[in-house]
Parts: sequence; structure tokens; C-alpha cells
Amino acid sequence: MTPEAVPYGRKTQKPSPVPDIHILWITAGLGCDGDSVSITAATQPSIEDVLLGAIPGLPRVHLHNPVLAYENGDDFLKFWYQAEQGKLEPFVLVVEGSIPNEKIKKQGYWAALGTDPKSGQPITTNEWIDRLTPKALAVVACGTCATYGGIHAMQGNPTGAMGLADYLGWGWKSKAGLPIVNVPGCPVQPDNFMETLLYLLYQVAGLAPMIPLDDQLRPLWLFGKTVHDGCDRAGYYEQGDFAEVYGSPKCIVKLGCWGPVVNCNVPKRGWMAGIGGCPNVGGICIGCTMPGFPDKFMPFMDEPPGAKVSAAAISVYGKTIRTLRSFTNDTVNKEPKWRHTGTELTTGYRPGTY
Amino acid sequence: MGTITSAAKGTPTGSRKLVDMNWDPITRIVGSLGIFTKIDFDNRQVAECHSTSSIFRGYSIFMKGKDPRDAHFITSRICGICGDNHATCATYAQNMAFGVRPPAMAEWIVNLGEAAEYMFDHNIFQDNLVGVDFCEQMVKETNPGVYAKAEKTTAPGANLHGYRTIADIMKALNPFVGSFYREALQMSRMTREMFCLMEGRHVHPSTLYPGGVGTVPTVQLFTDYLVRLMKYVEFMKKVVPLHDDLFDFFYEALPGYEKVGQRRVLLACWGSFNNPAVCDYSYKKMTEWGRAMYVTPGVVVDDKLVTSDLVDINLNIRILLGSSYYDGWENSEKFVQKDPLGNPVDQNHPWNQTTIPRPQKRDFGGKYTWVMSPRWLDKRTGDHLALDTGGGPIARLWATALAGLVDNGYVKSTGRSVKMYLPKTMSLPEVEFEWKIPKWSNAIERDRARTYFQVYAASCALYFVEQALAELHAGRTKTWSEFTVPQEAIGCGFHEAVRGVLSHHVVIRDGKIANYHPYPPTPWNANPRDVYGTPGPYEDAVQNTPIFEENGPDKFKGIDIMRAVRSFDPCLPCGVHMYLGNGKVLETHHSPMFGQHA
Repeated sequence: MTPEAVPYGRKTQKPSPVPDIHILWITAGLGCDGDSVSITAATQPSIEDVLLGAIPGLPRVHLHNPVLAYENGDDFLKFWYQAEQGKLEPFVLVVEGSIPNEKIKKQGYWAALGTDPKSGQPITTNEWIDRLTPKALAVVACGTCATYGGIHAMQGNPTGAMGLADYLGWGWKSKAGLPIVNVPGCPVQPDNFMETLLYLLYQVAGLAPMIPLDDQLRPLWLFGKTVHDGCDRAGYYEQGDFAEVYGSPKCIVKLGCWGPVVNCNVPKRGWMAGIGGCPNVGGICIGCTMPGFPDKFMPFMDEPPGAKVSAAAISVYGKTIRTLRSFTNDTVNKEPKWRHTGTELTTGYRPGTY
Repeated sequence: MGTITSAAKGTPTGSRKLVDMNWDPITRIVGSLGIFTKIDFDNRQVAECHSTSSIFRGYSIFMKGKDPRDAHFITSRICGICGDNHATCATYAQNMAFGVRPPAMAEWIVNLGEAAEYMFDHNIFQDNLVGVDFCEQMVKETNPGVYAKAEKTTAPGANLHGYRTIADIMKALNPFVGSFYREALQMSRMTREMFCLMEGRHVHPSTLYPGGVGTVPTVQLFTDYLVRLMKYVEFMKKVVPLHDDLFDFFYEALPGYEKVGQRRVLLACWGSFNNPAVCDYSYKKMTEWGRAMYVTPGVVVDDKLVTSDLVDINLNIRILLGSSYYDGWENSEKFVQKDPLGNPVDQNHPWNQTTIPRPQKRDFGGKYTWVMSPRWLDKRTGDHLALDTGGGPIARLWATALAGLVDNGYVKSTGRSVKMYLPKTMSLPEVEFEWKIPKWSNAIERDRARTYFQVYAASCALYFVEQALAELHAGRTKTWSEFTVPQEAIGCGFHEAVRGVLSHHVVIRDGKIANYHPYPPTPWNANPRDVYGTPGPYEDAVQNTPIFEENGPDKFKGIDIMRAVRSFDPCLPCGVHMYLGNGKVLETHHSPMFGQHA
């Protein structure tokens, strides 16, 4: 190419100071792989946009996710061992699934990935987290199981499951000084996750400042508003016009929707390509992005305790409602007390066999 | 008594030189799966096989005492790729327990959502996960001779799908860079949009409830679905000949390939797509409404339809232990003595199961998995059959073909085949595809059936859209029926998860869940040796699979084993690890190089 043919835009495009980055993705928590499946639905950006270099300014991204990987077995796990030895620099660790408590029993395992070559026994997921988190540039918890414990950390669970921050400590920081980044959702909304990942890649490339997170470690721009704030049925709410049966296009807060106190953007964004969602399409919000999920929202199909007060008082909309909501919002933004480390199982299940 | 369900094709292992070959995890499936084999390279065979799971979550434990209305929201989280199948199956069980019959419109909406799930899931698994096992890069690395032949082999359906040679198809399947790989990934998004129109969110739906759905039926809803469906229909007109060409080529290029993943025909299908004109969810009429489903339930043994009766299917399910990390429940409470028809219910039936986990060290001579061993009692012989689902489609098509019941203007069962009609699309004329009962239950035929079932789901969806629009045009837009939760009740739901049989069994006491047991397809396929010594279907199918890979032990990728295992569409959140072999070891290799398995 002759010098005059070089497009002037070339001056604005700089190669990333970090040429290559790896993403190690553990799906072996107590989960369902729904978050990995979810990200294959993302289009803003899509997984192939990121991997094939379709976004300017990013490092070359190498994804190691078991659902999508070409390699099998040790061909695949070699990246895990390299990362553990500090030979896969830099990498972002993504954790999917809740973290079981392996210390509440004498032997065996709740969750594992790969086999220990010495003992012939499975390598627990917790062992991998212990090995890899000190080496990671950033650690992302993907989906509500990994962020706060989720369904598998429900009252009465036998595994003592918890979120990643419960396991590592809420003040945990990566070697690069980043806190855990939590992207909740059950499963994670596809574009919410890919957009967060893109932000982190920009940050690595020096193209973005520190990722803004709230006190539950969620990206602020995604989780700063409530479901209700973004719901296209909120107009019915404001008029006090509530659905009495499922299938009605009106506000479904009396049928079990927790939207007014749940931090989530799904009704606004839709589930994918602007399609689907929860209350906006007739599905009650069951609070699946929240630290208090699921216990603080069950039974899901009952009217939430705060709803009646605020629905009845809708004509005096204002300070009182906001105070009430903020009280409830605080409650559902806290995890139940049985999600913790240690050797005690306090979920209510009493095992007689371990 | 039990029965060894594998065909007698094994040879004594005493004098053979066996090599340990391990892959843990197996990727491109949902969940963590490990394969540990002993391979007889001299005779080019897999010698031994055990199957084991890597996670335990305890759904049946933590669901106790919860509100029965929450069951579908909770159980959806069992699986991240077919969670909606669980949610749907749970609502079926709730409907029975609560005695509620949803309006017809709700059933059409659920059927449309579930059809979209099949279209999406089979598509992404086949072309983005399984397909990689047949891509240029993989075939070159495992069978360069086969790739050379593929380059010289003209694809018979080239005029239909646009790929001139078989090698061109293989190149198009290369991960991320292959054109067909990317087209399929894109298509898997559009079908998920169709799903979200009906069920709100993929993969854990927001709009399903006992008694119906919250989805608002409008002209826009069904139009948005239909225009996407027709794009998928056009896509499938190319995909069927593409896969037929690819799979036929493997039989031709590698004579004997039909043995890979082959096992005796022991197939299970629990039926899918309820017909709202017949289905009232009552147990007493379950035989009748089961046979009215648009995918017929059935147990197929050696090409014979043993039953298509859901009551018969239900009563003969047995959950066995033997190699699993649980204590038996023979001394635990028997929740259900008799079914609503007065038939006795066994202690090992899911209604009566109590889950008592006992975590312990993995021991291939003893307990080695979190998966229990579901079996189906064949009353004719007294055998506890290790039925498999073949990843879903092969069992669904086989049972539906033999039963000869389905005929709705888009799909027609002939007794030996299933015919599927696709109307004209933008650039292609109308087409009829016919799936014929194959000669084998093996890896290639499981994969081929998957492609044909994508068509089946699309054809059914065309019928469901018509039915839903007819309801809408007639002004019948109610989508939910009211109910009260009884203090005491039992219920069961039967459905087809994408990769095979799915059942949910619930017992309600004092208005709460007293017992809940979901049985998804992977426990049926991936279970260990049971108390009678009968191996699970993976163990059975992989054991004695011939090795066609050209690499020796040094560079061995185990591609034939991968194809055998992936043909079952493993979905590990249902809980599996695969572990092959515990016989005499003369040499130990690890694939490829990390650590030595002691």
C-alpha cells in the first residue's frame, strides 16, 4: 500500500498494548451451564465478534470454555495447568455455578473438573478456584449461582452452596486490583454478560477506566435500575390497573411480580434482540438477579408483601413508597445467612450420611 | 432379575494389551464429562467402560417443604440448555396434581415454545458441537486418509446445499471460521427468539405457570414466530441433504463404521406436544391423551413397540442403585402405595424414592458416580432394561413411526417411517422428507435422526401456528385456568427433553412438596452398572466400539469414542462423568501429556 493510500483513520486505531488475552471459563460449579449457553445467544457483541477480532482496539482473545472448545481432555486442561503455573498471562477467569462447601463432609466431592494425576480422584472445582484466582487479571462471576449462590444455595440444600464472593471474601481483589465482577441473572442475560466482558477487555487494552460496580459488585450501568423502572407495563401500575389472571397485558404485580424492588434491566432490554423478557411479556419477576434469590421471593406466585401497600397507596405516589421499596430492596439485596464457608452446614438439611 | 443388555460382542480381556486413554473433561457438551478408556490397539477396539458424574446439587432434597407452585421455576434450573423442558414437564405434573386443564391457546403456545426449543437445541448441538467432530480440522488430524477421499468425493446433494465435495462440507464445519458453523450459530439465535416469543426467556422461561401461560396471544406474536419459522424451514431444506451426504460418506469411507456406538435397540420416548382436545391431565385418562400426543410415547425393544401407554410406562420405571453415591431407601417411607387407577406402585418408583447422598471416594470397583440407574421393567421377561434415548430424536422418531398414530397434515406416521412436509419458502419449493427406521441404533443414525427431528419440530410448529391462529381468530384468547393447590395430591408429567425422556413425579402433603423426583434423559443414558451388574447405555455403547482413527497411542484423539458419546447428546447438568475401564493395565498413556494416571 502506498503511503497516501493509508486511510487517515489508521492514526486512531492502535494495537492493544496487551496483544493476547485468555479467557478461562469454569463451568464446573453447581450450575446448569445455562450461562455458557446464554452467551451463545448474544449479539451485542456476539462471541464470534470478540473471538474473530470484529471489535476494534481489543487484544486477541482466546476462549477456553468447555461447552465450545475444540480440544478435549488434557488438550483442553493444559490451559488450566499453564494458568496455574503463571504461563498463561494474562487471563480472565470466569466462574459459572455456585461454589459448594467441600468442608462439611469427610470425603468425596460435590463438584469437580478433571482428575488428579497423582490420586486418580476428581479435582474439585474449589481446588481450581484456589489455584487460579491468585493468578487471574480479573475474576468474573457469571450468573446468579456464581455471584450469590442462587437456586443451589436454597434453604435445605445438602451441599452448603454459596456465591464466589462468599467463598473468596467480599473484599477480594485480583492481582491487578480488580474486585470480583458479578454479572447475575438466572441465566445471565446474553448481552449483559458479553457487554461486561467487552468492557473488561477495553479496560485491559487501556481504553476504559476501572469498571464501575455497585456494592453487590454488579456493573452499575446494567443493574442500577429496577425491573419496574424499565417495564412497559408500569403505566398500568401507575393507574392502579392490575391483572387478576395470567395472560392479561396489565401490570402483574399482584400475581407475584417483584419488579419494583429487583435490580435488573431485562424488561427494558428484552431477552435477546429486544424480544422476550419477564413482566413485559407476562412472566412474573422472581428476582433471579438478586442476592436474596430464590428464598426471599418464594412462594413466587404469591403477591409480594410490599406490593399491596404500594399498589393501594399509588395515588399518593412519592416519598413513602420510595422508602418502603428501598427497605424491601435492601432486604432482597442480602443473601440468606446459611451461605458461608466453614465446616458447618446450616441450611436446615441434616445429613445422616456425611 | 437383571439383564446384560449389550449384544454379546466382547472378547476376553485377559491376554490383551490394554492402554489407558483418558479424556477429562469431554468438551462440546453441556456439563463436565470425563472419559477414561482402556483401548486394545492391536485389535482396534475399546475394551472397557465405566460412566461417572462430577456434580451433585440435590434438587429432590431442597425441594422438600416448598410450595408446589414453585416446582417449575425451580426445576428449570436443572438444565441450562433444556431448562424449559423441565419447566414444561413440571407444569404437566402440577396440572395433574392440581386438577387443572389449561385453555387450548395455552397448549398451542407451549407447543410452539417447545418446538422452537427442539429446533434451536438440535441445531446448535448438531452443527456447533457434534459437527466439529466431522470438521476438516478434526478429520485431517484423525483420519487424513478419509479427508483425502472426501476431497475427491462429490456431494450428491450439492445442488441442494451448495457444497461441491464432502471436504467442502467439512471445511464449512470448522469452528467459528467455517461458513456453515457460523450460519448454524446465527440460526440458533433466531430459533431462540422464536422461543422467547412464546416462553419469555431462554433457557429458564418466565411465562409458564401451572394452569397455562402468561404470554399474551396477539396477531403480532404469531406473525413474529411464523416469519422466523419459515426462514428455518428454508434452512432445513439445505441441512437435511447436507447431513445425509456427510453421514452416508462415513459409512462409505470407513466400512464397518455402523459399529461405532452401536447397541441393541432399547429405546425410550415419553411423548411430546400435548393435544388440547384430548389432554385433560387426569391420570385416569393418561393412556388416551398420551397416545394423542404429536410425538408418540413408546418403549422400543429390538424394533418392536412394547408399549405406547403412559400408565404402563410410568408404573414400570425403577430407580436402581449399585454403583452410585447414595444409600438405599428400602426402609424409608413409601409415599404412594397405589396409583389413581389402583395399580400398586413399587418402592423403587420415583414417587417413592428418597434421596440419601453419601459422598465418598471414587472407586471403580465399587461406587463411582452421582448418577443412579433408571431402568424400565419389561414385564414380559422380568428384565430391568437399560433403555436409552439415543439423544432424543432417534427414539422419538422410532416410537412415533411404529405406533402409526400421528397424522396432522404436516407429519404422518406410516408404521415404518415418519413423513414430514415443508411448504414452499422464499427460494425453494415444497419438500417432503421421510425418516425411515434405520438398520442400527448407532452413532451415525442417532446423529442423522437429530437432523430429521429438526424438520419434524418445524413441521409440527407449522400445524401449531395454524391452530393457535384459529383460536385467536375465534376470539378464544384465554391462556390460563384458575386452580387451588390441594392439601394432598400426587402428579406426574411426561415430556421429551431435547435429548430424550423426561419425567417429573410429585407428592404433595399439607399443601407442600413432600417428595419430588425429576428424571431427565442423561441419567437414563449415562448411568453406571446397576445392582444387577447391567451397564448403563454409554458404557454399553462405547464398550467394544471399533477404532477407526489412524493415529496410534501417541497422538490418539479418540475421535470414534467422542462420536459415540456425543451421539447421545450428553447433558451433564443431569450429572455424568464417563469413566471407562478398570481392567489389567500393561501400559498407561495419558492424552495427550499431562500427568500419569496411577
